Amino acid sequence: MFDFLEGYDLWEAFWTTVQLTVLSAVGSLIWGTLLAAMRVGPVPLMRGFGTAYVNIVRNIPLTVIILFASLGLNQTLGISLGSDQVDTTNFRLAVLGLIVYTSAFVCEALRSGINTVPVGQAEAARAIGLNFTQVLTLIVLPQAFRSVVGPLANVLIALTKNTTVAAAIGVAEAALLMKEMIENEAQLIAISAVFAFGFVCLTLPTGLILGWVSKKVAVKR
Amino acid sequence: MSSVLYDAQGPRAKRRNVVFSVVFLAALAAVLWWVYTMLDEKGQLEWVLWKPFFTGTEAWSTYLWPGLQNTLKAAALSMVIALPLGAVLGIARLSEHAWVRVPAGAVVEFFRAIPVLVLMIFGLALFSEYTNVNADDRPLYAVVTGLVLYNSSVLAEIVRAGILSLPRGQSEAALAVGLRKNQVMRFILLPQAVTAMLPAIVSQLVVIVKDTALGGAVLTFPDLMAAVSPMSAYYGANTIASFTIVAVIYIVINFALTSFASWLEGRLRRGKKSTGAVLGVDAVDELSAPGDHVDVTHEVDKGP
Repeated sequence: MFDFLEGYDLWEAFWTTVQLTVLSAVGSLIWGTLLAAMRVGPVPLMRGFGTAYVNIVRNIPLTVIILFASLGLNQTLGISLGSDQVDTTNFRLAVLGLIVYTSAFVCEALRSGINTVPVGQAEAARAIGLNFTQVLTLIVLPQAFRSVVGPLANVLIALTKNTTVAAAIGVAEAALLMKEMIENEAQLIAISAVFAFGFVCLTLPTGLILGWVSKKVAVKR
Repeated sequence: MSSVLYDAQGPRAKRRNVVFSVVFLAALAAVLWWVYTMLDEKGQLEWVLWKPFFTGTEAWSTYLWPGLQNTLKAAALSMVIALPLGAVLGIARLSEHAWVRVPAGAVVEFFRAIPVLVLMIFGLALFSEYTNVNADDRPLYAVVTGLVLYNSSVLAEIVRAGILSLPRGQSEAALAVGLRKNQVMRFILLPQAVTAMLPAIVSQLVVIVKDTALGGAVLTFPDLMAAVSPMSAYYGANTIASFTIVAVIYIVINFALTSFASWLEGRLRRGKKSTGAVLGVDAVDELSAPGDHVDVTHEVDKGP
C-alpha cells in the first residue's frame, strides 16, 4: 500500500524539518531573551526598541520575512551567510527568518513570565537587604522560568509547524517533499496521511510532555 | 514606577542608564549605517524604485489593491466558515456523551498538530483531483480550506475555554429552574462566553491574515504577498521597495486588529460584573499547543 514511498527520502525531509526547528529554537531563545531583557529593563531607549521590534515583527507574515531573506537579502543584496551552495544558503536564510520571527514570541512569553511574579515579592526581597542580582537570581527568575514553560512550549510547537514555510524558498523539508510527491503520484490521501502523521509525531509529544512539565513546575498562586 | 525587577532610581542608577542609552544608540546607529550603505551600494535606495508607490496610483490599482482584496477575501471567508464550525466542535468537546466528545477532541487535536501549509497543499490537490472547481479558483479554495481546518480547531478551543471560564453556578442555576441542557447552552452559557471570547477571536483574525500569505508564496494564490514579484519585475528590480510596502500594509492591518482586540479586552474587563474570565489577546498563543488542555483558572484569567 505504501510502495509509492519508494524513491523518496522521507527521513531526510523530516530530518531537515527537525534541524530547522532545533537551530531556530536555539537562536530565537537567545535573541528572544535579549529582547525580553531590554523590554523589562530600566533603560527607556532599549525598552522602546524592544517594544517596536516585537510589534513590527509579530504583525508581518512569516512568509514575507522568509521570502525577503531569499529575494531581498540574498538575491538583491548578495548576502549569502558564508556559504557558496544554494541549498545551504537557503537553509541558513530560512533559519535566520525563523529566528527573527519566533524571537518576538519568545520575548513576549518570557516577559509575561516575569510579570507573573508579584511586585510584593521583589519589594520584600529588597526590604531584607538583597541587592539587584540577588533579587533577580534568587527570587524573580526562578519563579518566572517555571511559569513560562507552558507558553514557551507553545512557541516551540508553532515553530515546528512554521518551518514548513521554508518550502517557499525551496528548502528541502517535509512540506516541499509532500508537494512534490502529490504532483508526481496519484495517491493524494495516502501521501497526505503520511505527512500529517509525521507532523503529529513531531508536535503532539512535544505538547504533551512540555504541558506535563509546565503543570509540574508551575508556581501555584 | 514600580517593577518587579528594579526600584525607583537614584542618581547613580540614572547616570548608568544614560551611559547604557548612549552605547545602545551608538550600536543601533552603526547597524542602521551598515544597512544604509549596503542598500546604497546596490542602488536600492534610488528614487526611481520607490517612486511608483508614492507618486502614481498605478502600482496600487494594478498590483497592491487587487492583492489586498484577495488577502482580505480569503481571510474573511475563512473566519466566517471557521467560526460556526469551531463553535460546534468546541461545544461537542464539552458534551457529556463520550461518543460526541472523543471524536470532536480527536479532530481538534489532529488539525492543531498539522501545519497550515500542509493542509493547504492537501486542499489544492483535493480540488484539482476530485472536484471540477475552476483552475483559477482552486488556489482560493485551497487557502480557505487550509485556514478553515486549522482555525476552526483553534476557535473550538477558544469557545471551550470561554464556556469553561463561566462560573459553574450559572449552569447549575439554569438547570435548577428547569431548563434543558441545550437551553442552558443556548440561552445562558454561549451568550456570556461569546463576549468573553471576542478579544481572542479578533486576535485570531491576525493569525488568519498572516497565514493567507502562504497561499501567495506556495499555491499561486494572487494575494498581497504574491504581488511582490510581478511588481518588482515591472518597476525595475525594486525588490526591497516592494517588500517594504507590502510588509507595511500587513503591519498596518494587523496592528489595527491587535489594537482593537486589546481595546476590546480592556473594555470588557472594566465593564465586567460577573466572575467569569475574559479570554484575552494572549490567550490565542497559549491555546495553540496541541495536547495541552487549557487550564482556564490559571492561564486565561489574568485578573482585572
